[in-house]
Amino acid sequence: MTGAEGAAEPAVRTRGLTKRFRSGQVGVDGIDLLVPRGAAYGFLGPNGSGKTTTIRMLLGLVAPTAGTVELLGAPMPARGRSVLPRVGALVEGPAFHPYLHGRANLERLDAADATADPGTRAARVAAALDRVGLAAAADKRYRQYSLGMKQRLGLAATLLRPRDLLLLDEPTNGLDPQGTREVRALVRELAAAGTTVLVSSHLLSEIEQVCSHVGIMSRGRLLAQGAPEEIADAATTQVRVAVRPDQRDHLARVLAGLGLADVRSDGDALVAPLGDVAVEKIAQAVVGDGIDLLGLEVRRPTLEDVFVRLTGEGFDVAR
Amino acid sequence: MSLAEAGTVAPPARRGVATARLLRSELRLVFGRVRNIVLLAGLAAVPVLVGIVLFVTQDSPVAGQGPPFPDRVTGNGLFLVFAALVSCLPFLLPLCVAIVSGDAVAGEAAAGTLRYLLVVPVPRTRLLLVKAGAVLAFAVAAVAAIAVTGLVVGAVLFGVGDVTLLSGDTVPLAEGILRTLGVVGYVVLSLTGLVAVGLFLSTLTEVPVAAMASTVVVAIVSGVLDALPQLSAVHPWLLTHHWLDLGEFLRLQVDVPTVLGGLAVQGAWVAVFGALAWSRFTTADVSS
Repeated sequence: MTGAEGAAEPAVRTRGLTKRFRSGQVGVDGIDLLVPRGAAYGFLGPNGSGKTTTIRMLLGLVAPTAGTVELLGAPMPARGRSVLPRVGALVEGPAFHPYLHGRANLERLDAADATADPGTRAARVAAALDRVGLAAAADKRYRQYSLGMKQRLGLAATLLRPRDLLLLDEPTNGLDPQGTREVRALVRELAAAGTTVLVSSHLLSEIEQVCSHVGIMSRGRLLAQGAPEEIADAATTQVRVAVRPDQRDHLARVLAGLGLADVRSDGDALVAPLGDVAVEKIAQAVVGDGIDLLGLEVRRPTLEDVFVRLTGEGFDVAR
Repeated sequence: MSLAEAGTVAPPARRGVATARLLRSELRLVFGRVRNIVLLAGLAAVPVLVGIVLFVTQDSPVAGQGPPFPDRVTGNGLFLVFAALVSCLPFLLPLCVAIVSGDAVAGEAAAGTLRYLLVVPVPRTRLLLVKAGAVLAFAVAAVAAIAVTGLVVGAVLFGVGDVTLLSGDTVPLAEGILRTLGVVGYVVLSLTGLVAVGLFLSTLTEVPVAAMASTVVVAIVSGVLDALPQLSAVHPWLLTHHWLDLGEFLRLQVDVPTVLGGLAVQGAWVAVFGALAWSRFTTADVSS
């Protein structure tokens, strides 16, 4: 399914991609996005951080002020005609004709695709509807769909044919927890089958479990990208040691002796950045010094922690 | 069945084939929309109304007043076609064409479906051509709705026969029908300039009503300017100036230069506003 042409190229690569709006506001500020083939890439950032504008530029809907875009190894928008059929996209929510049925809406999109075979249209539309659980609502007008059903129809449109790359902008918007789980499963399934998937979200808890790579946007800039474990570096991993209150001071001396700095108390325990110290060394030292160890926990930073550290703000912070 | 089994990636269809496929889908969209069918039904009601009024009043003192050719209508139902077309030309027909053409691009932008068509991908030039084709098809349907209903109602109420032309000569019914087709064609082509204006305005906004209203305004302003004798120098170039030249088809010798002149002006409007629409639509950011 993956075209031989440029198969080794990254699925998405931008260089210095910038969008300055007519108002003078800089929506996207010189980002170098790199999505390897086969990755499940979580594109994270608060609302208004430039994710959607970036995706619009990737697809050629919006012309960059500066910088270049390559999709599947081909420059955009110059090669859009040959590349975009291999790309499925959900941009800023689903959009269909309200007075047409779900099925008719998908047929309309398929009829617009010069590279889709009209002979298999009915079967492919039915399969896509089935895959997102809309088979029963296929002949209802789009206007009557719930927000979740609309989102599913948008996903179905990206699945009308096999794709090498999916760009999904906030695919879980409006979905109930069950629907969110299904989208996650779908992303996982597609990525496992070799499709590169870029999922943007302002709710990282929804997608961090399925992503092999993440990119973090804030105020138009790409602050970090890579595998989650690369981003969440060891320096911020915390160790939490719980002991009886009367042994707290003793423990503090032991931890200091191990070379742990910035020790602070947290409830009935002491917490310190782990740094290069091995966890098992801490356990041995504490027990060996006669302290009754009640609990020992290593806390890896969540992406949210990383995000807060990078931007000084949490998610859901609009500009 | 898995997607991979069903999803064959066909080689790209040739441009003409792909355009035809999209046009068929577009026509289904335009003529499947209740609003547009209501517009066509409204236009078709005009000859019915005019016909009934003339039928009821034909022997009363007010006979001979009202729309053009009324006395001829009662003599020959074929003239109901012309009477209805002439009554619809100043406002109703431009209004209907403005609604559909103004909606063509702006409506898709407002619904957000435009971005999904572009990422399918549909090349922007092809999309604009298909939109223009569908609006034109609607204009044909609009004029045909008036003409066909006019012919049927006229035939039923007044009967049809040999046609007495404006010049006083009489031609057989068959030729009369042929000339009616000429009138219908001329009216359709007279609307092409407005179609181009509507499409261009439609590429400027994401608010379809704004595009529709501005298109109607263009037609009305053109009519107003055409009525100011001080502007006679620019009259020949106005969008609506030649619309009523359809009377040429009802003279024994159709004045071909006059007809072609009117069509040439429409061609100029189509060229200018078609080019503007193209240059705007192929470069605009689609951020709706």
